[in-house]
This record gives sequence, structure tokens and C-alpha cells, in this order.
Amino acid sequence: MSVRVYIPCDAAALSMGADDVAAAIAAQGGDKVEIIRNGSRGMLWLEPLVEVQTDKGRIAYGPVTDDDVASLFEADFLGGGDHPLGHGPTEDIPYFANQERLTFARVGVIDPLDIDAYEAHGGIVGLTAALAMTPEDIVEVVTESGLRGRGGAGFPTGIKWKTANAQPEGQKYICANADEGDSGTFADRMLMEGDPFSLIEGMVIGALGIGADTGYIYIRSEYPHAIKTMRKAIEIWEGKGLSGVNEDGTPRFKLHVRVGAGAYICGEESSMLESLEGKRGQVKVKPPIPAISGMFGKPTIVNNVLTLGSVPFILANGAKAYADFGQGRSKGTQPFQLAGDIKRGGLVEKAFGVTMDELVNEFGGGTYTGRPVKAVQAGGPLGGYVKPEGFDVEMGYETLSEAGAMLGHGGLVVYNDTTNMLGMARYAMEFCELESCGKCTPCRVGSVRGKETLDKIAAGENVTANTEILENLCDLMEEASLCAMGGLTPMPVRTAMQLFPEEFTGPQKVAAE
Amino acid sequence: MPTLLNTIEDSFARETCERYGDKPEELLEILHAVQNEKGFLSDAALRTIAYSLNISRADVHGVASFYHDYKREKQANQTIKICRAEACQALGANALIAEAEKAFGVKLDKGGTDVGLEAAYCLGNCALSPAVMIDDNLYGRVGLAKLKTLSMKHREGSRS
Repeated sequence: MSVRVYIPCDAAALSMGADDVAAAIAAQGGDKVEIIRNGSRGMLWLEPLVEVQTDKGRIAYGPVTDDDVASLFEADFLGGGDHPLGHGPTEDIPYFANQERLTFARVGVIDPLDIDAYEAHGGIVGLTAALAMTPEDIVEVVTESGLRGRGGAGFPTGIKWKTANAQPEGQKYICANADEGDSGTFADRMLMEGDPFSLIEGMVIGALGIGADTGYIYIRSEYPHAIKTMRKAIEIWEGKGLSGVNEDGTPRFKLHVRVGAGAYICGEESSMLESLEGKRGQVKVKPPIPAISGMFGKPTIVNNVLTLGSVPFILANGAKAYADFGQGRSKGTQPFQLAGDIKRGGLVEKAFGVTMDELVNEFGGGTYTGRPVKAVQAGGPLGGYVKPEGFDVEMGYETLSEAGAMLGHGGLVVYNDTTNMLGMARYAMEFCELESCGKCTPCRVGSVRGKETLDKIAAGENVTANTEILENLCDLMEEASLCAMGGLTPMPVRTAMQLFPEEFTGPQKVAAE
Repeated sequence: MPTLLNTIEDSFARETCERYGDKPEELLEILHAVQNEKGFLSDAALRTIAYSLNISRADVHGVASFYHDYKREKQANQTIKICRAEACQALGANALIAEAEKAFGVKLDKGGTDVGLEAAYCLGNCALSPAVMIDDNLYGRVGLAKLKTLSMKHREGSRS
């Protein structure tokens, strides 16, 4: 009988040579091995992480390169044998064992496109429950669970659904926002590549809740692997009749994948809806909110991939099972992403309330380079910096914003002591200049002026006066921008200035190495 | 009667629009498909698309110029996307870009004939920085030596 060997097909694993490893194991193992391409367990520093199914569970080896394959066979890895790259049972590795995986329960465990495995591991239970409920009850369960928007805004999902549900019957849309542009985040990508059916199931449940018959998944073009997996998954899902079947054989709920075109701003919901209509991704003034008048003027809900991916668990296990996790008004779990200069980078799904220190130092193990941590940027390019002294902050929507940072999409980017903070502040303005949709002046012009002013400060030109100009500019951008792009760009700039004022005083001496 | 306004100058663009039902809301998909085939979006292609979808050339130009992905000029034979977003900067993306500019003799986002370098703003490989992408293939923990090897490998792959 052949031995099951799991080798991830997640883009991060492929980026470290997972395909070559799979080819080498297939070549040497022949019919002794049955290779299954799973998603990633999220322990990305161990990728490619090869797992072997034994009677003691799945045994992990990583990071494996194709050069290691011969020695793995010599060490009888198919029997779970010892090897320098061995880590014992995958699920006993502390990084994995200490997580609370609800949304990511199946990611890394199953072949992402095996619908039978999906069902065997708890999939479709939520949908079955939803089908037996009224739309209003579905919305109620989601409201009670306390689920909030995981894209960054943190708006209660149930309230959004309730608004769309209350609109008169007729054409309605549900959209998944998979335009995950924040640096330091990759959870949407991992979910789409590792468990695409959970997103589809979440969308079908949402469609039942609001009465939509059409859905769109807007995926950024930088994610070719996710696009491919999602398209195949929809085909398989609809082929099984899981979206209902009309008399003419077409699915009752029709789901489409739309590919972005490299515009960060399209992660903003009104911009995304414009883009879905084939237009420039320009931000629109709200109200009207999309739940009342969205795509083509019809009621539309836009939810992040992680939000929708959490819905099947909630419907399957009940609102309370989800709300039991977390703290305060941040209910449930958040897939955190550890990135940048970090020793053990990857995905950690934990209940809200875990501290930044636990994530960065206990899970993450400090920096990859071995240098001291200077700061962590939480919440993507628009998020604030936190110094190690502030790492006792508990991760939650409110707790982080009280600490001057934000949760965003749950990404943490770690920087070491060589980082030039004025350079990072300048980059924030430069990024805003590059990605501003151009609709409102504070963002379009403010970003350019902000960059120029930081250059003047760096050159030591009228530092006090220019700092005041920059502060005023940040006030203006925060208060007068239409969306979060212009409104939050000052956050990394300001937190960098507050935490490292000594770096905003003119020309800096180059630190001795 | 064929005029300058309704002449179908680019038959591939015309067929692509037809495949998407000549619907204006499919414009992004159409532009992606034409660019995938031709390498860039020519003036003739944009005029054909505007005619096919019955929207103004200004609308098509507006969309094509809004999104970073759409290219209006012929691109280098190989485009290497190097991520310069925060997580990759934290592990030396800017140094990698400077080294790559020197090694390949081109400037970031300034074209090239054989190899071109393009800035990317997050490739979703933030735990394995610095990240690069060549022809939809993602790579992590990339230094200059690895980058040169990868560039060569993909050029050989596309020739054979």
C-alpha cells in the first residue's frame, strides 16, 4: 500500500520550491507514495513542509529542498523516521498546537480542491443548517456571533447583511473582497489557495441571507495561484449542484471571479464596485451605502474573504461557539500574519486578546536576521508603528486603536534596528501618491506635499517649520479625505514621528554597523 | 461604411470583446485578455475595444491608464516583478532592487529590451521576503544570485 505524502501547493510553498520537491519525491518513491498537494499549514518558515501520513499521525519535515529528498528516503521518512529536518507530528509543533483554528481549520489539512475531503472535514454543515433557516434567522445568527469585517474596517457583518436583507426583493449582489493589497498580509490568499470551498460556502450562505442570486470574487492580479484555484473550485462546487440548480441546469446562485489590475485602492469597497463595473477604481461618496445602492445601483454586500470564510463555522456551530472566543467587542478569532524581519513568519489564528508580544516573540521567535526589533507596523501600509515597549497590547479592534495602532487585516510587519523611520514615513506618503485614486485633493496632493516635506526635514531644511507643516497636512488628510487611503496614511507617518522623534531632526549620521 | 471611427483595426481585440458579450462591464477582463495575448495595449486595440463596447475612447483610455497592470508600450522579453512593499523592505528589498538594476543594466519601472524590472506592491509572500515574481511564478528569500539564476531559468524555459 502506498504512503500518503502531503506537499503544499500554496504559493508561498511553491516560492520555495515545493514543485521540485514533489517531483523529486514522486520520482524516487514511485508507486510507494501517493502525493497529495494540500494547502499550507501556515508555518511558512518551514516551507516546503512535507508531511507523511503514519499510524502516529502526520509527521512533518521541513524546509525540504529537492536535494534533501534522497536523504529523507534513506532515513525512512515514509515510516516517520528521524531526520535533521524532522519536526515530529505536525499538530504537536507548538506554533501550530497553540493556535485556535476556526476559519483556517482545514487549510493545510486537505487537498483544497477535493470536495469530498472538504465535506469529511466539516464543510457544507453550515450551508445545510442555513438552508433550513429563514434569511432573517441567518442574518440574526451572524449578528449574534459578533463577527466583524476582517478587511480592516471592523464593521459588524450582521448589520450589513440586515440592511441588504431589508431592501425590496430583486437583483442583489454579494461580493468577496480579495484585493488583499496590504503588505504583510496573505491570509486571504492562503484561504483561497488552501480552502476555497469555505469562501464559496460563506458566500452562498450570505446570498441566502440577503436574497442575492449573483456573486463576485474580486481577486488582485498579483495572486495568480489563488485565481486559478478559485476558478476551479467554483466549477467543482457548481458541478455538484451545491449552489442550487435551475431548470435549465445553470446554478441558482451564480458566482464569478473578477481579476483586479494592480490598483491598491480597489480594496476600498466603493472603488472595488466601480472596478467590478469595468470602470476606473475611483472612490465614491457615501451615502448611499452599498448595502442599499451598490453594484449597478443594486443592494450589494461587500465582505472580506476572511469574514465570509468564517461564516460556515458560525452557521455550523452556532453564534455562541464563535462569540465564546475573543475579548470585549472583538469576538471570535483573527488569522494574524507575521511578516517582515521575523524568524518564524507565517499565519497564526488566535482568539482576539492575544498580545503582540506573544505573536512577535513567542510565535515569531524574534527577527530572522537576529538583530533587535525596532518596531512593528500593525495593520498594513496605513497602520501605525508600535515599539517593543508597547508589545503588551492585546490584539483587538478597540485595544489596538487605543494604543494608536490598528488591527487592519491582521498583519504584523517586523523591522529591525537598522530601519530608517523617516524613510518609512516617506514611503507611506510615496505609496499614497502612487495608489491614490485621485478623486479627493487631500489624498492626491497631500501625499505629494507630504513626501516633499519629509525630504526637506531629512535634508535639515527649516526642520521646526516643516514639521509643523507636516503635522497640519496630516490633520487635513485625516479629516478631509474621502476614504481610508488618504485618511490613514498619516498614521504610519505620525506614529513614526512620535516614537522616533530623534530621526526627524535633519540629516542622520549613518549608524555604525 | 467603414470610417476611421468604426474600422476594426485589431481583430483579436474585436474577437475578445465578442467573447465577453461586448459588455462594457467586462472592460477589465477584456483589457487583461488582449494584453496577455499581445504583451501590451496598442492604440489600435483600445480604439477597437471602444467601438465594440460602444463606449468612448476616453472611457477606455481612462481605465487603461488608471490601473498599473495595463501597459501601453511593448515590454521587455522578461519582466521581473520585485516587491518593494514594507515587509520586503524590512529584509532588504531596496538593496536587492539596486543590485538588480546594476546587474541587468536597467532601471526599476523604466522599461528594458531583454529584461525589465517592475516594482510590485506586495506579492503576498511577506513571511518569506524579499519576494519576486517572474511570469506568474512566485519566489521567496531572493538575493541577487538567486534572482540571476531564476531569470536565466525562465528565459531558457520560454525559448525551448
